[in-house]
Amino acid sequence: MPVFALVDCNNFYASCEKLFDPKLKDRPVVVLSNNDGCVVARSAEVKKLGIPMGAPWFKLRDEARRYGIVAFSSNYALYADLSNRVVQVLSNFSPSIEVYSIDESFLDLSGFERVGYQTYGAEIRQRVADWLGLAVCVGVGTTKTLAKLANHAAKKNLAGADGVCDFTTMDEHELTKLFSCIDVSEVWGVGRKISARLEAMGIHTVQQLRDSDAETIRSQFSVVLERTVRELRGVSCLDLQEVVPEKQQIMSSRSFGQLIYDLADLEEAVANYVGKAAEKLRAQGSLAGAVQVYIRTNIFKPEVPQYQRSFTVPLPEASSDTRVLTKWALKVLRRIYRPGYGYHKAGITLMNIAPAANQQFSLFTSGGAGDARSQALMGVLDGINGKYGRGTVRLAAEGVEKAWQMRRENLSPGYTTDWDGLPVAFARK
Amino acid sequence: MPEVAFASGVFIPLPGAPKLTLPLDEVRVSAGFPSPAADYEDKRLDINEYLVRNPVSTFFFSVQGDSMEGAEIFDGDILVVDKSVRPNHGHIVIAFVDGQRLVKRLYRRAGRIALVAENPKYPALDIGEEQELVVWGVVVGKFKRFGA
Repeated sequence: MPVFALVDCNNFYASCEKLFDPKLKDRPVVVLSNNDGCVVARSAEVKKLGIPMGAPWFKLRDEARRYGIVAFSSNYALYADLSNRVVQVLSNFSPSIEVYSIDESFLDLSGFERVGYQTYGAEIRQRVADWLGLAVCVGVGTTKTLAKLANHAAKKNLAGADGVCDFTTMDEHELTKLFSCIDVSEVWGVGRKISARLEAMGIHTVQQLRDSDAETIRSQFSVVLERTVRELRGVSCLDLQEVVPEKQQIMSSRSFGQLIYDLADLEEAVANYVGKAAEKLRAQGSLAGAVQVYIRTNIFKPEVPQYQRSFTVPLPEASSDTRVLTKWALKVLRRIYRPGYGYHKAGITLMNIAPAANQQFSLFTSGGAGDARSQALMGVLDGINGKYGRGTVRLAAEGVEKAWQMRRENLSPGYTTDWDGLPVAFARK
Repeated sequence: MPEVAFASGVFIPLPGAPKLTLPLDEVRVSAGFPSPAADYEDKRLDINEYLVRNPVSTFFFSVQGDSMEGAEIFDGDILVVDKSVRPNHGHIVIAFVDGQRLVKRLYRRAGRIALVAENPKYPALDIGEEQELVVWGVVVGKFKRFGA
């Protein structure tokens, strides 16, 4: 029988911020979304204050002052580095890992039963704490859905001990009792919409979903939810996905730090997004067949004139060349741009993505020497940017000044990613 | 000019021709005496290998101040800190005390826990019962780049 563990970092972003700053110990910490808009992560202290996820920061000024809440802009470089380190530690505990998100990984623990999963989970937890100073919870079950639920039980202290919960050693009676007091919305893959519909059918708890008729669930909902029901019963339907499937679409979009009125500024922003997306495209060895561009005004300010528009253009032949993709994106942008509006957000999407090996050449282009030159140039571009940071070499269209860049006023240093951001050890006492 | 150079099929390199160096492992010698260097390729010294034993748990800190000069830790040095090393008496450590990030030598003997400076100007910092000391990591090395 397969056995899975889900290892999840507690309050990951907030914990990363706390890791290097001793002044933040026991203090409520939030991390804000791009442009410092909403709360996207909360420390345990903030959760206790009852401040919800997604709360707009400007509405929290009073609480912030009263409770001394410290807010950070999202420091993705820091979180990504620590996330990679966690995965590296975890890879010592299992030959197969699925990195499910920045702070969650599934481990295949089949064959480790002799050690005892509770003990093994405790070891994982201790190792991550010792090596990285981050707290994790471990949930163990015979299916991925059960492992995720066990993790929830561990985190909320509903079962197990010391942040580890092992469903495989709990008997049917204990499981039924536990599942009867967990809300159905906590089940992996049961979102808000589905749980509302389930509740309407009288299914409120995990146990009720587990007991429901799989056939009915399939006909009323989907095969996906039916699989969830089977997984809750211990029938493993979902394997580890060790290899991330190639992206079918690559998006790059941001809200601007301030409203943008000029086409020239929008052009810079769009060119910059294309640059980023094209780099990802080349990293996975693919070509894009179409480019979509969209722009919009601030929908949260209904008092100002509103405009939004998106447009997709298919490319004459698939490409991963930043110059080609930028040329088309800018053509689209000029077509959808209307003067007189204050633009708040723009984005691009590279679509119809296919592996470079499957490329179809157009009848009217060579597909020979020019293509090789393009590949060589893009290779050099990615090489330099990989070494010296993104944007070291870029198209002139991306601009230099970036009036549109996002607001990140409370950004912590790149403690582990920037020589100028290293934490200072004081030798003054 | 030796005669052999004019024999047909003999390749004579042009003076000043561009050179292409190949890594040793791409050169296949099918007969004769094997290169005595073949087993030693790719062993060039790597400063990472010297300073960092466990990359996953290793972090860098920069130093400000002169209280650790006796341990050859100077202002502006970059410290190599390994969190996977268990801190012991006598180790130089990064310590979090009273909201401060300090580099000190850890003293832990006979019930006394203290953070000791390596400069007579600074007294030892005894950790009292009520005080919380977090030993963040053990300093295992240091380095500095001169602006040359």
